[in-house]
Amino acid sequence: MSDEHDHHDGDADHELRVSKIRDGTVIDHVRGGQALNVLAILGIDGTNGEEVSVGMNVPSDRFARKDIVKVEGRELSQDEVDVLSLIAPDATINIVRDYDVVEKHRVERPDVVEGVLSCPNAGCITTGDEPVTSRFSVLEDGVRCSYCETIVREEIASLIDT
Amino acid sequence: MRHDHLITSKQLSRGNIENILDHAAEIDDDPSTVAGRHAETLLGLLFFEPSTRTKMSFETAMKRLGGDVVDMGPVDSSSVKKGETLADTVRVIEGYADALVVRHPKQGAATMASEFVDVPLLNAGDGAGHHPTQTMLDLYTIRENAGLDDLTIGIMGDLKYGRTVHSLAYALTNFDTRQHFISPESLQLPREVVYDLHQQQDGAGIREHDSLEAILPSLDVLYVTRIQRERFPDENEYQKIAGEYQIDADTLEAASDDLTVMHPLPRVDEIAPEIDETDHAAYFEQAHNGVPVRMALLDLLLSDDKGIWGDSDE
Repeated sequence: MSDEHDHHDGDADHELRVSKIRDGTVIDHVRGGQALNVLAILGIDGTNGEEVSVGMNVPSDRFARKDIVKVEGRELSQDEVDVLSLIAPDATINIVRDYDVVEKHRVERPDVVEGVLSCPNAGCITTGDEPVTSRFSVLEDGVRCSYCETIVREEIASLIDT
Repeated sequence: MRHDHLITSKQLSRGNIENILDHAAEIDDDPSTVAGRHAETLLGLLFFEPSTRTKMSFETAMKRLGGDVVDMGPVDSSSVKKGETLADTVRVIEGYADALVVRHPKQGAATMASEFVDVPLLNAGDGAGHHPTQTMLDLYTIRENAGLDDLTIGIMGDLKYGRTVHSLAYALTNFDTRQHFISPESLQLPREVVYDLHQQQDGAGIREHDSLEAILPSLDVLYVTRIQRERFPDENEYQKIAGEYQIDADTLEAASDDLTVMHPLPRVDEIAPEIDETDHAAYFEQAHNGVPVRMALLDLLLSDDKGIWGDSDE
């Protein structure tokens, strides 16, 4: 049964605050306050007409507060899900078709993320005008630029290349 | 031709390092064994930052191997001035040369450049990142003077921006060494480097200090680097600490008679001239070693049957 209909889930009543979707993806158990960064990672800013519902800082059993992002008409790729893990390591991904959750899985941290984050080191070659795609290896507690080797442990979301 | 790149000393195992140093010693003993071996080989020199020793020793090394160099020349008179990217520059010059030497002010420049070329590329310094060929001549000098095992080394000065320091520290983790890093707090080793050193050596043998005094008597080698005045936003802050990281004859009274003092040069006032004539001074010898060591690196890199990595395709 889908999260959206699962009344054994203490979060369900709160989830109803944002509309159900027919087909698309529900990203649940996003850490509170990270929903907009999730949208940034997915490249969703509303300019392409995407139908998106966002719940922010809603009460949760698992976390004190969580965010929920529902994207109508779009099923996330594994690459997108992997990258989400950097800022939403506890997220669950629900693929919804005809109002039913047909797939549900946790995010997994990838070994490398490419073209998603910008290096914060102004001395890094990737911050110039070179034709190079940013690449970060994923550490247990952060990410590391594959070029200048700078390690970022906090505020990774601020590096999202939007 | 093998297509190896040398970007960072982290690539090098103890076996790789010994292979390079042994070959450098052979060349040092008898340069004629490799004279003319790489006739008609052209080495491309791409220096986006000023350089004297590194650039000239590469040029000398290539010529002593029988080859020649093509030199991009000063940045101001190159297409870089017109806004050409590093990626484009290396792709153009690889069409002229059999191997490339790149120095660039940005960290990660050599890594990126190596992704755009098929010829071997040597990192001759990338910003505050790495300088692995300097490390090879540093290790050669250390091995000649103090050996590379059961070694206590002090590395002092600008450890934050000092790429020679980072590369040397990584390479030394392959040996039985105790490394003491001495600097003002504002110029400590980057946390990334400390992280790597702890990963490579379980943290054992890595210590950080803000003063040389207590540790000096235990050192076999003291590797001094220039504290760069321009790194300090406040001149007064620089003046407060500068004197503490300079050495002179009085300083070395507390040192072992066998202490070897090194410096990648250029120096400004970190080492008093009075030390030059003592048995401690190894920095000019260190600079001279740049030629046989870079001859060895180039010979290994350019030989079909050798390669920097020895017999393996690592």
